[in-house]
Amino acid sequence: MENCYINGIGCISAQKSFEKDYLIEPIVYSEENILKVVKPNYKDYISPAAVRRMSSGVKNGIVASTMAINDAGIESPGAIITGTGMGCMQDSEKFLNNLINHDEEYLTPTSFIQSTHNTVGGQVALGLKCKAYNFTYVNTGVSFESALLDGLMQVENQDGQNVLVGGIDELADHTSKLYKLIKHTKSDDEAPYDIINKRTKGSISGEGAAFFVLDKEKTANSYCKLADVKFVNNLENSGLETFVNDFLASNDLIASDIDVILFGNNGDIEFDSYYDQLEPLFGEAAILYYKHLFGEFMTSSSIAVSLGSDILRSQSIPGALFKNEVSHPKGEIKNLLIYNQYRGKDHSLILLKNV
Amino acid sequence: MSNRVAITGMGIISSIGMDLEENLNSLKNSRHGISKIEHIDTKLKDKILVGEIKKTNQELESILKLPQKNSWSRTSMIGTIAALEAINNAGIDVKSDSDIGFINATTVGGMDMTERYFYDFIDNPENRRYIQSHDAGNNTHNICDYIGLNGFVTTISTACSSAANAIMLGARMISSGRLDKVIVGGTDALSKFTMNGFNTLMILSDTYNTPFDENRKGLNLGEGAAYLVLESEKSYKKRNKQPIAFVSGYANANDAFHQTASSEDGEGAFLAMKKAFEVAELTPKDIDYINVHGTATPNNDLSEGRAIINIYKDSEKVPEFSSTKPFTGHTLAAAASIEAVFSIFALREGLIFPNLNFKDKMKEFDLTPVAELGHKEVNTILSNSFGFGGNCSSLIFTKSH
Repeated sequence: MENCYINGIGCISAQKSFEKDYLIEPIVYSEENILKVVKPNYKDYISPAAVRRMSSGVKNGIVASTMAINDAGIESPGAIITGTGMGCMQDSEKFLNNLINHDEEYLTPTSFIQSTHNTVGGQVALGLKCKAYNFTYVNTGVSFESALLDGLMQVENQDGQNVLVGGIDELADHTSKLYKLIKHTKSDDEAPYDIINKRTKGSISGEGAAFFVLDKEKTANSYCKLADVKFVNNLENSGLETFVNDFLASNDLIASDIDVILFGNNGDIEFDSYYDQLEPLFGEAAILYYKHLFGEFMTSSSIAVSLGSDILRSQSIPGALFKNEVSHPKGEIKNLLIYNQYRGKDHSLILLKNV
Repeated sequence: MSNRVAITGMGIISSIGMDLEENLNSLKNSRHGISKIEHIDTKLKDKILVGEIKKTNQELESILKLPQKNSWSRTSMIGTIAALEAINNAGIDVKSDSDIGFINATTVGGMDMTERYFYDFIDNPENRRYIQSHDAGNNTHNICDYIGLNGFVTTISTACSSAANAIMLGARMISSGRLDKVIVGGTDALSKFTMNGFNTLMILSDTYNTPFDENRKGLNLGEGAAYLVLESEKSYKKRNKQPIAFVSGYANANDAFHQTASSEDGEGAFLAMKKAFEVAELTPKDIDYINVHGTATPNNDLSEGRAIINIYKDSEKVPEFSSTKPFTGHTLAAAASIEAVFSIFALREGLIFPNLNFKDKMKEFDLTPVAELGHKEVNTILSNSFGFGGNCSSLIFTKSH
């Protein structure tokens, strides 16, 4: 297999992730069950007219992809691959609202056009005048992982071409209300929220956009190596350990080789047991979590890849990410594993390695 | 031909038939499925024609024996019907074979239910089970859970080229050795959301769609689903299965011109076709028939026609071509897999299906689609699919000898 390096990152999230070392003093959320992104200065990246027209997901996608491209120091990628679980919900809601409340009259095309799942992929291509391969994945909890795997395959197959990969999801008001009704989002009356020590039904909802430039070549800016990605829709009973061990074995690793593991704990009493199951397997690793700072959304593992990449390049772990006690690994952080699942389905593993 | 991937099964449901046999019969007899809409209560009822599957949701539920209180969208149901036929046709056992993947495509997902209950959800707990069926992936999960598939599962949504990209990813997963067998294709049901959306873009015809005709007035939306089973050489030889055809070439490119319109010279389309020939190690003159995207919008057909002429350098050298959208309507995320099934029919039966309703050649170029059912040996087919976001995909299918 060819080497695949992460050479540039752009991330818009519920933290000030557009700034360097933003987790030294993270924004701490305890009263909120919906975490919105900290807005970057959109006008630095997008024309004022477009800023007004575009939904926040599209804007965040454009800003994060531009940041990643600038960070990697490339002109235009050889492929653009995005993942989004819910797609452009704000424009979907706008069009639905007009459709239902105005009985199919007085509709305008703008929100329909912008509601398409591949809007971000299309807009990024349009902005860069990039005529290359352009895919969008929409498979709930592995939408971003699908894009990442495709990116890895593109790097294997393309000669000297870098690949832009990103995950984007946006919150939309009515849909957020609906997800509270079915308790996918934690109830309003449960605050303060503590996803580790107070598990209840549902998660803290979030949104964000994280983009990465993947390349066959290592550069001075390389964060880490993207070694492998794997995901499945369902795991049979007690299949989780086998799934993880098989994945590690296919990468010539065993569990004790993993120095840092990033878990997708979101405080959901129905599904966080998956992480509990794996914890003993990684007794020697630093066990981290992140959704208390970023919220849960279908492409939230894109945030994990951004965090993992930062940890590997800086060889240090922000204190706010430790799940139990702070225990920095002794020596070099070589192998970092990300495990995530979405409501008991779409289990995914991402392996990052130090370079 | 190192990139060639075998097709060992297929399944389909569309407005011209509930299965492979019905679809082929309709194609052979020039029987289209375009009509007034019956199953959705919409103000557009008397203004547009669509390719609707004439089964109510209740009828589809009973075909699948779903429990009365289910949370299935129409997209999931028609997808499952087509996927079951593909599995059966390929003779694979999804439940016992853990190495089978599923790559779906959809644009509407569960929108048909969301638009029905969007505000009603608040006051009516009864229907809240449909809230989680909105996202595209949920539809794919429903299909996989029904057919008992556990493994590599993903979904693509790139508007009208979605299923072409699902087929392309499947072929790449097989040729890179990551999977031995994979079910690929797309499903989309009609919804008020898409009908009204396309209506605001003013690209819906009020009569039967007429691709590549000078007087074309726009598209008819349709609904349907189709899947192919792709398989590695090692896998089909091991189980003594004869491929029904091959996916030999594939490529995707972006027009990077406009969010919904195609560029005038169809550069994205040109690049997609050119790259597909490179992957297939074939040249344009090897193509016996082109199944064009041919939506019958003024913009698509002009742009696609110009791109095809650019590929062939001369309109006289363009092989026989037709759009089959006058049969089924434009089925969006399912279109490319439905047209892949039609292409495999063409290879197998030695038939070229007609571009129905065609009368007058477009004035911009000298391209005349096949307007009557044609009989000839067909060995290699190019199939185009283009979508919003500038997304352009081309696939090449070759006959299994």
